[in-house]
Amino acid sequence: MTEASAAQATPVEQLSFEAGLAELEKIVRDLESGNAPLEDSISAYERGMALKKHCEKKLGEAQAKIEKITISEDGTVKTAPFETQE
Amino acid sequence: MNDAAETPRTNVPELSVSELALGVKRVLEDSFGRIRVRGELSRVNIAGSGHMYSDLKDENAVINVVCWKGTMSKLSIRPEEGLDVVVTGRMTSYPQRSNYQLVIESMELAGEGALLKMLEERKKKLAGEGLFAAERKKKLPFLPQTIGVVTSPTGAVIRDIMHRLNDRFPRHVLVWPVLVQGKGADEQITAAIRGFNAMPAGGAVPRPDLIIVARGGGSLEDLMAFNEENVVRAVAESEIPLISAVGHETDTTLIDYASDMRAPTPTGAAEIAVPRRIDLLAQTRENEQRLTGATDRLLRTLKERTQSVGVRLGDPTRLLEVKTQSLDHVSHKLSTVFDRIIESRRTRVIESGAKLRHPRALIQDKAQKLDYASRSLTAGFDRLLEKRNARLSEQAARLRMPKSLLDEKQRELTMHAAALARLAPRLTADKEKELSAATRMLDSLSYENVIKRGYAIIRDENGKAITKAANLNDGQNITIELGDGKKDATIGTGSAKSQQSLF
Repeated sequence: MTEASAAQATPVEQLSFEAGLAELEKIVRDLESGNAPLEDSISAYERGMALKKHCEKKLGEAQAKIEKITISEDGTVKTAPFETQE
Repeated sequence: MNDAAETPRTNVPELSVSELALGVKRVLEDSFGRIRVRGELSRVNIAGSGHMYSDLKDENAVINVVCWKGTMSKLSIRPEEGLDVVVTGRMTSYPQRSNYQLVIESMELAGEGALLKMLEERKKKLAGEGLFAAERKKKLPFLPQTIGVVTSPTGAVIRDIMHRLNDRFPRHVLVWPVLVQGKGADEQITAAIRGFNAMPAGGAVPRPDLIIVARGGGSLEDLMAFNEENVVRAVAESEIPLISAVGHETDTTLIDYASDMRAPTPTGAAEIAVPRRIDLLAQTRENEQRLTGATDRLLRTLKERTQSVGVRLGDPTRLLEVKTQSLDHVSHKLSTVFDRIIESRRTRVIESGAKLRHPRALIQDKAQKLDYASRSLTAGFDRLLEKRNARLSEQAARLRMPKSLLDEKQRELTMHAAALARLAPRLTADKEKELSAATRMLDSLSYENVIKRGYAIIRDENGKAITKAANLNDGQNITIELGDGKKDATIGTGSAKSQQSLF
């Protein structure tokens, strides 16, 4: 459980989708093996549920947005709306 | 004859050199105003002015070519030594020297074979620099937040990419519009790749965590920008993971070797770029179910185990009896052990006590030692005294007694006296001899002897010799001594003459 507890140091909100999903899968495997002590299992379950919510939220954030890069005269990079010619 | 020789001059017009040179120039430019020539570039020299001077040759002939700076920048290929090219241009001459040359207006590679050969050589060169090395390849992000796309803003490519992205996992896309073919395309593509990399993380415009460089299909020449060295280098140097997607499945450009992942088409790039959202959702849900299931099972198992263990716990009072017995046993053992320890300690105390000596005995001991020492001291002193006495008498004995010393000196004295006695007569004999000699000497000198020879001595009443007449007073009694005796006389009162005549 040392790995899981080390991972617990990272707040769930700060994890990338990939890291969140990976940790969730690990928790599931650990719990399925049934070797974890009860106290650890309960906190692992709680963390697992938090991870699952976080992953779903990340997936929900998927929203298409397209912009065009423009370079202003002073060389700074800006964006402008981009219309695709359908 | 002379006339005949002179007549033709009038028929042929006389030209100046300039007229001729300009004439030739005009003919050249009129006849070869727009031509295409195929040949190999040779002695390529791009001058500081930006103009290129070169030769175009084949097996049998060579012609000077020149390409002005303005045209140079519009060429679709970079002139290189040995390139097989088709040049479009016009002929002209340079009247000052009457050199003729071909002025290039455009240049293309002659045939696909030559182009491919050039690309092969460039690929070899860049590979030699390690630009295509596998260890340079970066891992693509699992789910990029922002995707930078370098492509033409018009056309199907960006549409295809957006479609596929939205199907799979809609993302924030930043399009960096560029020319994808023709002059300047390579520079724009290079600048776009570098530009995305130069964007700061967390800036106003989000820095992409994935770049796609894309272009639709086209001829080999159309795709040439993606073979240019500057583009290949920019792709290799990109810190942001980059997917190349140029042309169709069968087209390969040099950036495909330098990119972190090659997609066969722009659509393919979108597929590689993001996972399918729906799959991930399913995966997450599945994990949730397994999480709940596993936890449920775990809890159930633990409950069962608790119950079964509880049953096996048995009667607590019996456990207590056993424990009580053990306790008794142990406490008995403990007291026994304790007694033994005390006994052993006591024995050791007694033993140690016995070894201790009474102070009186110690004092006695010391007194004895003292007594012995004092006796030794007395005895030692006596012995020392005796020793000194003995040495004293020894020395006394060695002292000589005074009487015997006296005797000895007496003997010596006698001896010396005898020696002296022996010596004495010898001493006087010598002196007697000397004396008689002296006596004889004295006798010979005596006045008596002188008198005997006729001389007289006059003495006063006192017997004292008078040697001067002045000392004789009248009437004075005198004695005259002669050789045979003395006669007294008195000095007369007569004159001096009488006195004198007396003598």
